[in-house]
Amino acid sequence: MAGSIDQYLRTQFMPHIWCPGCGHGIILNALLRAIARLDLPKDQVCVVSGIGCASRAPGYLDFNTLHTTHGRAIAFATGIKLANPDLHVIVVTGDGDGAAIGGNHLIHAARRNMGVTTIMFNNSIYGMTNGQYSPLTPSGRLATTAPYGNVERNFDMCELVKASGANYVARATVAHARQLSTYIERAITTPGFAFVEAVGNCPTYFGRRNKLGGPVEMVETLKKNSITAAAAAKLDPAEVQGKIIIGEFYRGDAPGYIELYDGVIERAKEAAGK
Amino acid sequence: MMANKCDTRARLLQGNESCAEAALLAGVRFFAGYPITPSSEIAEILSERLPQLGGKFIQMEDEIASMAAVVGASLAGMKAMTATSGPGFSLKQENLGFASFTEVPCVIVNVQRTGPSTGLPTSPGQGDLMQARWGTHGDHPVVALYASSVSEAFDLTVKAVNIAERLRVPVILLMDEVVAHMRERVIVPCEDEIEIAWRPRPTVPPEDYLPYAAGPDGVPAMADFGTGYRWHLTGLYHDVTGFPTSAPAKVDQLVRRLCGKITGHKRDITFTWDEHMDDARVAVVACGIVARSARRAVRLAREKGIAAGLFQPKTIWPFPDEQVAEIAACVDRIIVPEMNMGQLVGEVERAARGKCEVIGYSRVDGEPITPEEILAQLEEV
Repeated sequence: MAGSIDQYLRTQFMPHIWCPGCGHGIILNALLRAIARLDLPKDQVCVVSGIGCASRAPGYLDFNTLHTTHGRAIAFATGIKLANPDLHVIVVTGDGDGAAIGGNHLIHAARRNMGVTTIMFNNSIYGMTNGQYSPLTPSGRLATTAPYGNVERNFDMCELVKASGANYVARATVAHARQLSTYIERAITTPGFAFVEAVGNCPTYFGRRNKLGGPVEMVETLKKNSITAAAAAKLDPAEVQGKIIIGEFYRGDAPGYIELYDGVIERAKEAAGK
Repeated sequence: MMANKCDTRARLLQGNESCAEAALLAGVRFFAGYPITPSSEIAEILSERLPQLGGKFIQMEDEIASMAAVVGASLAGMKAMTATSGPGFSLKQENLGFASFTEVPCVIVNVQRTGPSTGLPTSPGQGDLMQARWGTHGDHPVVALYASSVSEAFDLTVKAVNIAERLRVPVILLMDEVVAHMRERVIVPCEDEIEIAWRPRPTVPPEDYLPYAAGPDGVPAMADFGTGYRWHLTGLYHDVTGFPTSAPAKVDQLVRRLCGKITGHKRDITFTWDEHMDDARVAVVACGIVARSARRAVRLAREKGIAAGLFQPKTIWPFPDEQVAEIAACVDRIIVPEMNMGQLVGEVERAARGKCEVIGYSRVDGEPITPEEILAQLEEV
């Protein structure tokens, strides 16, 4: 490791806004440790977010940081990456921000294989607005807008992003911090679109309403409830139901948009020269 | 195709083509858009031309994303533009507000068609005047220019890019469908004949950089992402450091500076055209394609001995109140023909402050207002 992660924090803004026991700090820590291992120059890192609890992370990070509109971080990031491909552009998003209002941008960035790394902080709920259900709230769970239980089915984001064409897709939980950090590191170094779902815990709005215990119990539950992709593959689908499947789901090397557009520029210049 | 070396020359251009070529001349190197008539030619032309110049074009998944990508690209140092029409303009509003609030330069071309909703695709309409000013929520600065000819589309596109850069503000260029699809003669200048502006750059080292500390002109220096100035942008109220604040005094200061930035430069960004106004007793105030009909109507009225004149605001926002007030003090009546239910006329009434009679004339059937219709209004005086 090149050094302490403190060098990446704007510590003058601490304490942060996240609730006691929130898993977002663990995910952010995993991201910063990955950046430290890669020894990325701070000037070359750009972190973009939308709106929500997770999206407040960039404000605490000493990089080029952009806190945008709800759901649109990936679209802003696309413009940044195209204008300056030398930047490591990392999107920090939540399950509401990235899977609901921003879902369209996510699948299209994956389809384009745009050179952006997206970390989805999945805490199963809209935290900033006090606990409404999101597309990643498991069926049956309670939320302020699902007082009788959530009747919607939740997305499998990794399946979705993989099917959309990303070059890297992985999932870990806050109970697997090292693994999570390794996945983020691989995501950053993979050209093209890379996606890591980080399953966390929201004790304040998700845990309390669903009687899932305090922060420690919630993390323990995540650990107990997780199963590796390799182990899951050997089980009957019914046995995997309700489990969190963790691991790397896809590592590809399809050419990214940035590289392909370099070819467009070459062809265009050639055509103009004729 | 524009030659590299300077050879000013007359060209026959379509309105959208004129806009696209002018954007390139003004230094635009990034375009993100979404297909929509009647603005699609701008995207089509730039998809071909931008990569020839090492620029980037991308067709995004929707209008919202294209506005976001434009802001991102501008932030990373490229002059950036998008183009759309009514429904798309509605969708772009939230991110347009973000650009306005975070002061990221960009140009949004809105080739208007008859609305609301899907409306009449794609007949001309002028219903987006107020949306250009107040389309996004909250008090915010914005500049809107309005072209009435293919030649003006060229000139105003260059001006739009320059204003966006100089004042760090989104600039909206309005066109009418008829202007966008019309072909006219344009004298295309060469690069060294036009003024090309860039956003103000920081003159201090990164450790001393305050991204939202503005000098007397109200425009802070902007560092591109990736140049060693690590700063933070947020759609939250922020202080001079760029970080969020809810301190009432700082909130007040920011919104006042943002709006003052435009009023303080109003003289530099107000472009108008007038004809036969010196001795006019009745003035026609019109913009876009209606100003073209009005020009003919005024000439026909003069032939009939009516002391008519034309005033055409090319800058719609900020509205040229002072000029309209002066006109109102000199004429008996102002006629405001427009292809909407009366958006411009309200502004004219406000600026005229009751000094003369102000009469609106609306046409909202998807057909342009003819010179004869305006002449009939002038003859009623």
